Parts: sequence; C-alpha cells; structure tokens
Amino acid sequence: MLSPRAQAAIMPWLVVAGLFLLWELLVVAARLPPFVLPAPTTVFAALAEFSGPIAHHALHTLGTTLAGFALSVAGGVALGVAVGSSAAAYRALFPVLIGFNSIPKVAIVPVLIIWFGIGAVPAIITACLISFFPITVNVATGIATLEPELRDVLRSLGATRTDILRKVGLPRAAPYFFASLKVAITLAFVGSIISETVGSNEGVGYLMIQASSRFQIPLVFAALVVVAAMGIAMYFLFAILERRMTFWATRGVDPAYAAGG
Amino acid sequence: MHGLTPMAKAGARFVSLEGVALRYGGEGGGTLAVSGLNLAIGKGEFAAVVGPSGCGKSTLMKLVTGLATPSAGAVIVAGAEVSGPLKIVGMAFQNPTLLPWRTTLDNVLLPLEIVAPYKATFRREREKHVARARALLATVGLAGFEEKYPWQLSGGMQQRASLCRALIHEPALLMLDEPFAALDAFTREELWSVLQALWMERRFTCILVTHDLREAVYLADTVHVMSARPGRVIETRRVDLPRPRDLARSFAPEFVEIVHALRDRIAEARASSC
Repeated sequence: MLSPRAQAAIMPWLVVAGLFLLWELLVVAARLPPFVLPAPTTVFAALAEFSGPIAHHALHTLGTTLAGFALSVAGGVALGVAVGSSAAAYRALFPVLIGFNSIPKVAIVPVLIIWFGIGAVPAIITACLISFFPITVNVATGIATLEPELRDVLRSLGATRTDILRKVGLPRAAPYFFASLKVAITLAFVGSIISETVGSNEGVGYLMIQASSRFQIPLVFAALVVVAAMGIAMYFLFAILERRMTFWATRGVDPAYAAGG
Repeated sequence: MHGLTPMAKAGARFVSLEGVALRYGGEGGGTLAVSGLNLAIGKGEFAAVVGPSGCGKSTLMKLVTGLATPSAGAVIVAGAEVSGPLKIVGMAFQNPTLLPWRTTLDNVLLPLEIVAPYKATFRREREKHVARARALLATVGLAGFEEKYPWQLSGGMQQRASLCRALIHEPALLMLDEPFAALDAFTREELWSVLQALWMERRFTCILVTHDLREAVYLADTVHVMSARPGRVIETRRVDLPRPRDLARSFAPEFVEIVHALRDRIAEARASSC
C-alpha cells in the first residue's frame, strides 16, 4: 500500500493518463478521422515527428511569455502597491484598471502589430497586458487589508509610510502575490499565443495556425499538449516558490497535501 | 476643572484630558463619541478605564496616543499638548496583531526597527537588542519560544509576546485596550500577574481599558468609570490595596466591595442612557 503522500503525488498522473485513455477510446469507438479529432497516440506520434520545430516554437513562446510575465510582475506590483496603499489612488485607478481588463486582448493585438510590426514584441506586450491585472488586484488587497490595530501600533511608533510598507505591507501581501503569480503565468501563455496566432513568424501560436491551415490537426494538438505542459510546469514552479516564501501563511501546513493527509 | 473627578495623588501629572470632545463623521452630524471628558493620570500610575460598552473607551486610547485629534478640549501628555501620534507609547490590543512571518523574537524587535532613537543604530546594535528582547520574553515566561512563529503559540502566549512588543522600546506610557478579553479565565489571571510584575519592575504609566472589573481593581491604582456615549469620566476610584496583589486577595471582602461599587456605578450609567 502506498503512503498517503505517495498517493497524493501519483494521483494527478493517473488522472492525466485516464483522460488520455478515455480520449483514445472515444476516437477509436466513434471512428473519428484524425483531422476532426486525432487520438492521443496520433498526437504523440506527431509530437515525436515534429519535435524539432515544436521545440523551436515552444521555446520562442516560452521566451516571449516569460518576458511579458516579468514585465507584468514589475508593473503589477508597482500598481498594486500604489492602489493598495492609498485610498485616493484606489479610487482614481481602479475603474480604469477594470475597464482595461475588460477589453478582450485579442482586439488589441492587430493594433500592437501595426505599432511594433510582426514579431516578438506584440506577443510580449499581450502576455504582459493579460496577466498584470490579477497581480495588481492581489497585491493591492494584501496591502489594503492591514489590520487597523497594527496600523495604530506602527503609527504610534512614528513609522513612516515606507516603514509600514516595508515592514508590514509587502510581507503581508506576499501570499496574495504568490497566489496571483500562478494565475498570471498561465494567462501570460494565453496572451503570447493569442498574439502569435494573429501575427507572428514564430511561436506555438504561429505553428498551430500554420498546421491547421494545412489540416495537420495532429500537429495542432501536439502543440496544444506542449503549451499545456509548459503551463503546468510554470504553475508548479511558482507553487513551489510560493510554498517556500510564504509557508507562514498556511501555518507550515503544505496546502498540496493538507487535504489528502 | 477637575471638579467632577477627584484627582489621583500619585506623582506628577503625566496624562491629562481637559474638556475633551470627539465627534466622528463631520461637523453637526456624525456621532459624538466622547464629550466633556476630563481625566488626569499621574506619572508611573496604573490607571484602568471601565464603562458600559460603546462608551468611547477605545476613543480615549486614540485620543491619548494622538491617533485621533479632539474636536474640543486638550489632551496633554508629558507636559505637551498632543498634536500627532505620540512616540513614547507602547500599545497592545485584544487582538495580539503579531506578524505571522516573523518569529516571536523578531516580532518583539519590530518597534526597535521603527522607533526613533533605536532605528538608526538597530543593525549595529542588534546583538544588544536581541539580548534585551530575550530577557524580556523570559520575564513573561516565553523563554525557549523565541524562534517559534506566532501561530505556533497559544492565545495567551501570543498576548505575552504582544506585551513584550509593546514594552521593548521602554515607552513611558503603555496603552492596553482590553488585552486579555479573548483569553480564558485562568490564562487571563495569569497574565494579570505577569503585567503587574512588569509594571512593578518598570513603573511606566499605564492606561488599561477593560470590561473586566476584577481585572481593573486587581491591576490599577485608580479606576475611572465612563458614562454611556457620549463618554465622560463619571467617577474615579482609588484602589489602595497593597502590592504585589495576589489572586487570592481578589476574593477578599475589601476587594469585592470595590468591584461591587464600580459595578453599581456602571449599572447606573447604563440605565441613565436608556
């Protein structure tokens, strides 16, 4: 019998394997042609066959995604701190932020391409624009929800705004921030790939558009699988980072195992 | 002007409120939290403030510490009228408000990283401060818990740590806002002794806001009774019981008699407001 910890570790793999199996069975049973829905075995065959170009485009997308994500972390934290630490900034900026976040980013991409040309820049900007909002909102929430008593303690010690932000605001916002990174990184992938599908010569989005225009549907799915894998890998990277940086927020209990243990 | 409240006779006057009123929520409208509030507390005195709920006790805390500015009257602390947040104050509340990402020791050190004379030299003299913080934690019975995080401590232990944080910078004035209200009866009485010992050793001026009349009489030199909102001090009662007071004495007739007298006075204050 496996330990509960090992069971918890193996479960996600079982679920993925089960999904693929179900998918395979469905395709075989319904006799779906590969250009409608390729079976996982076909998808993995395409993945192996085109591993070179897929790797090239995936790395390109990873690069633009991470660049855009880095920008959105910098911008999101700065905006979050501004919005969270001042009621005036909150009132002034929040409607604009929400309005901006409501705009479908796919609508902006053509404009970005007119401005910056076909290439990595529109993808980086789209990745940034789509992912900064959750970071901003979370950082602002963490800073703005400082307990009034604690604020009194600090003010009565003569703490400056910077003191309060450095000693309490930022550490307090850290769990919110790390939680938002996990959401933001997956959004950043969506952003860069949207941009690549609209106009680019490189990247997974471009690869998929090219493949589907040639009815190479297995290749499209192979690219999708790679995107999902990159998203999951990044998510877990930030989940690990979160656990290390803000273990105190969960009182030392590992949330990944708390439910199963 | 202190006609309403007999003056306490302990030491030079350290805190005084003269005809203070505070209205929340703008001129004319809003709520009058306190009005005609007179209060005098001597240097090194332990004062308790009791009263019906919503009588403006917490407002009193904010006024004395300069976190709120009176709409009328004057608040004078250490010979100067209070015009902004005071920096000679330590504060503790019902909620211990310790920072969960800092160890107990680092929580206690927090004020030294912020408050004026220590802030500039904190890094250089860290060793010295750490030794002081450890000693202080030991006096409240937290030796061996310095490296624990607050969420690893019980409620009573968190409150002890919170007291240490309030005292580490050796404030001249300690403000306590119902610090023991959320604790169980045994822990609460234990912490009365801890607080009394700290006070007897350091003799800071202390203002304790509480609902608990036994707590007030056990700890304080003077107990001030506040009226229902708008709050003012309607009675000041000296507690001349010898120190150190022990818990057994809190059931002695002279102790109980004071508690009952205060209780009746608060009941009157409540009734008159209805």
